[in-house]
Amino acid sequence: MDKQGNLYTFIYAAVMVIIVASTLALVSQGLKPRQVRNEMVAKKTDILQSVNIASTSKDAEAKYEEIIGEASYIVNFQGEKVDGVAFDVDLAKEVRKPLEERLYPVYEARLESGELKYVLQFRGNGLWGPLWGYVSLNDDGETIYGATFGHKSETPGLGAEIANDGFQAQFKGKEIFNSNGELVSVAVVKGGAPDDAKSAVDAVSGGTITSEGLQNMLSSFFEGYEQFLKKIERERHE
Amino acid sequence: MSSEKEPLFSAKNMKLITAPLGSQNPIPVQVLGICSALAVTAKLEPSIVMALSVVFVLVFANLIVSLIRNSIPSRIRIIVQLVIVAALVILVDQILKAYAYDVSQQLSVFVGLIITNCIIMGRLEAFALGNKPWPSILDGIGNAAGYGLILIIVGFVRELFGSGTLSFPGIGTLNVIPAAFYEWGYVNNGFMILPPMALIVVGIIIWVQRSRDKSLVESN
Repeated sequence: MDKQGNLYTFIYAAVMVIIVASTLALVSQGLKPRQVRNEMVAKKTDILQSVNIASTSKDAEAKYEEIIGEASYIVNFQGEKVDGVAFDVDLAKEVRKPLEERLYPVYEARLESGELKYVLQFRGNGLWGPLWGYVSLNDDGETIYGATFGHKSETPGLGAEIANDGFQAQFKGKEIFNSNGELVSVAVVKGGAPDDAKSAVDAVSGGTITSEGLQNMLSSFFEGYEQFLKKIERERHE
Repeated sequence: MSSEKEPLFSAKNMKLITAPLGSQNPIPVQVLGICSALAVTAKLEPSIVMALSVVFVLVFANLIVSLIRNSIPSRIRIIVQLVIVAALVILVDQILKAYAYDVSQQLSVFVGLIITNCIIMGRLEAFALGNKPWPSILDGIGNAAGYGLILIIVGFVRELFGSGTLSFPGIGTLNVIPAAFYEWGYVNNGFMILPPMALIVVGIIIWVQRSRDKSLVESN
């Protein structure tokens, strides 16, 4: 057959596409269960990380079972519990809804010391793609105990630094309500937050848009969780 | 390949590996692959992982293109090459996600960047289309290693002076500048982690290389 002819070219292209497409489809289907499992374990690792417990892909499931187990639920904007499994909530979908209609997962972590921490889940947008994170609060529903953030495609060395321990450690001890009981979230300040700031951390240098995205993510979801957190506060005083 | 007269590691074949490390290096001499060299070298770890991924993709792409080189219709050869490279990159991405999830998280964007790496298309077009599979594999190893070498040098310099640390895959980030230095007033050069510094570091490498090897200097 004439290798420069139209017919040959068409057949060649068609056969190539079929071979490549079926190979990729086969590989993707075959590997899917493992990938889903990896993502689930990674999520558990993240949740544990937010209460400052380090885990690896091997022991994450056992530790999650021990620290959190079944103690998770979904709340709505009014802070009321709703039916459903917190772990299965897809925040990527929730984030497209208005604040008032979103589902908010809550994980209750019982540490070895017996302390109770509430782990809240976050999602927002950075410079190149989505950001996500987990923030744990003390049982006063006000003081941050730990935080962990992830991102899909922020620039390494710049925006991607939000996933670093050094950046995340800044959040410990910050308060998301001011002294009047108003929600202030945590500000991510370019150029550095004052040393005594109760509700601000230093932004990532060279990662301004990522830092702003992170700040927006925190303030919008804290607003979503606000009623729930106030309820914790009230119940504690009763 | 059994009909080949020359030995597998003849001087000519070895040159396919060694030349791209030095006098034919794709980054400073051919000035290919600059875009990804700027993007991934703020830290050493992604530089190393990116280098390894490019070795894998380039070797297999060169091999496959070389195997089917006589059947490719020349009018759609670029598309054929692109499809092969893209398929390999997706394959790498999927396998990493299933068997090395942590690594795939770190690589995230870079895996996609491999598709647009000019070195890969350049080698397919310039070498694999006209050569037998074995030399094509060697050419792939050589060029990807030459690319990786520069990436690692730039990543090393930028992370060391920009962040005062060095990170390695599987080990993590190590603080290499002693704390005492900072007490004496040493400050990390924040400019190093910004993309323009990658260009300047590559420029310095080109300068050093050309002043040592005059044959690379173009005559006007």
